[in-house]
Amino acid sequence: MAKRVGKYSVQLEKQINMVGGAAIVGKLEKEGPLGEYFDYALEDDLWNEDSWEKAETKMFYEATRMAVKNSGLMAEDIQLMMGGDLLNQLIAAGFAARQMDFPFLGLYGACSTMAESLIVGSMAIDAGFAQRVACCVTSHFSTAERQYRTPLELGTQRTPTAQRTVTGAGASVLAGEGIGPRIKSCTIGKVIDYGVKDANNMGAAMAPAAADTIFNYLTDFDVAPDSFDAIVTGDLGIYGSNLMKEMLAEKGYDLRGVARDCGIEIFSQDQDPHMGGSGCACGATVLNGFLLKKLRARELRRILFVATGALLSPVSTLQGESIPSVAHAVCIEMED
Amino acid sequence: MEPFDARKSRKEIQNRNQEYQEHIKETMPKSKTGIGCIRAFLVGGLICCVGQAISLFALGTLQMDKESASMFTSVVLVFLGATLTGIGVYDDIGKWAGGGSIIPITGFANSIVSPAMEHKREGLILGVGANLFKIAGPVLVNGISASVVYGVILYIIKLL
Repeated sequence: MAKRVGKYSVQLEKQINMVGGAAIVGKLEKEGPLGEYFDYALEDDLWNEDSWEKAETKMFYEATRMAVKNSGLMAEDIQLMMGGDLLNQLIAAGFAARQMDFPFLGLYGACSTMAESLIVGSMAIDAGFAQRVACCVTSHFSTAERQYRTPLELGTQRTPTAQRTVTGAGASVLAGEGIGPRIKSCTIGKVIDYGVKDANNMGAAMAPAAADTIFNYLTDFDVAPDSFDAIVTGDLGIYGSNLMKEMLAEKGYDLRGVARDCGIEIFSQDQDPHMGGSGCACGATVLNGFLLKKLRARELRRILFVATGALLSPVSTLQGESIPSVAHAVCIEMED
Repeated sequence: MEPFDARKSRKEIQNRNQEYQEHIKETMPKSKTGIGCIRAFLVGGLICCVGQAISLFALGTLQMDKESASMFTSVVLVFLGATLTGIGVYDDIGKWAGGGSIIPITGFANSIVSPAMEHKREGLILGVGANLFKIAGPVLVNGISASVVYGVILYIIKLL
């Protein structure tokens, strides 16, 4: 059984492997610097469906199917599926799950949902409640824009601190057997709010949460940042990532050299993403497309995946609320 | 709500937040106002010139009176704004020009057509019908309210 370490962390005892993963992305993400690592790319944002929401549902479904296939398992081997998306009432995940014969737990942690799913999935396996768990999350630029911001064709400018929601879906299959990068430990984040109200500056809102979770992980396990090949945040963007590094530097941890951010890496600056990518698919596609392949190739041995989520809604923003944020950390290791 | 956290008082949290927000205000990347104003001036001015040309065409070639000519100009500009939105060009213009393409009447057309395009999947009545004025609605409500207030003030001044 897993055991608690320090104040906030959990050490998993069983062998929990990421036996399969898949990443589906949109056209722009495919054209980005990590394009070659993704398993499949959409030609347009509708993917032969008649609404963006349906396209997002299809991404969730197809990513899960691909991940199960990549892991060499059959559909009937999956005992539990969990995950979510950014839409109200998790319609992409829920509607995709109705096409699948798995028990399903819908999770919402905004853009931190991938890490949240991996943590809950690993714990389920560690406790013996399931042997094989599929974790999947999705987000779609066009559905997110219309839910959180403005219509796509509206001719307005975005602020320099804005980020671009990643279109895509990332799925991992966790199993208590087999081979693959191993989930060793995790830290569940606290909801942190430093009073940032600007919904176009999500990096600044989420940086304290990321810093807090990373700090808690490092102190709970008493390890140095450079014991990791990379500490990969989900979607802090350029500005948020810098803030996070500053905050940790103040607490005595130097993350220069190990800190990476999926939001920064998924797009190049020529693609005009402003501060970088965002959305729950940002961390999920980079993890299941890029990082998983690097771990398998043993180019990365040990990473800390820290997905960050801003727990706001358009209603809370209009009511003048600040943005509570959360970050969860998962340590993934590739053994020899 | 009082923080449910024994380690920090409300005052400490307030100070921490204030410090962080000041730091962000100082360090966050800012919009380039200078170049933004120049772009807005160029595109906004261009749209006004097009409007003036249409107006002159209506007055001269079409022999309209002044009132009909200004109506005609608005209709043509709205048509152009709506068409450019429909073919997916107006948002690119807006991205470059900012306020320059939002403020003129073509921007108004853009703000009506863009939600209409998105919400047609939710049906004509409750989708398009309910969301058509999602962006322009607040502008209209506040604009008309302001003009009513202005009218009342003007009326009172004239009475004096």
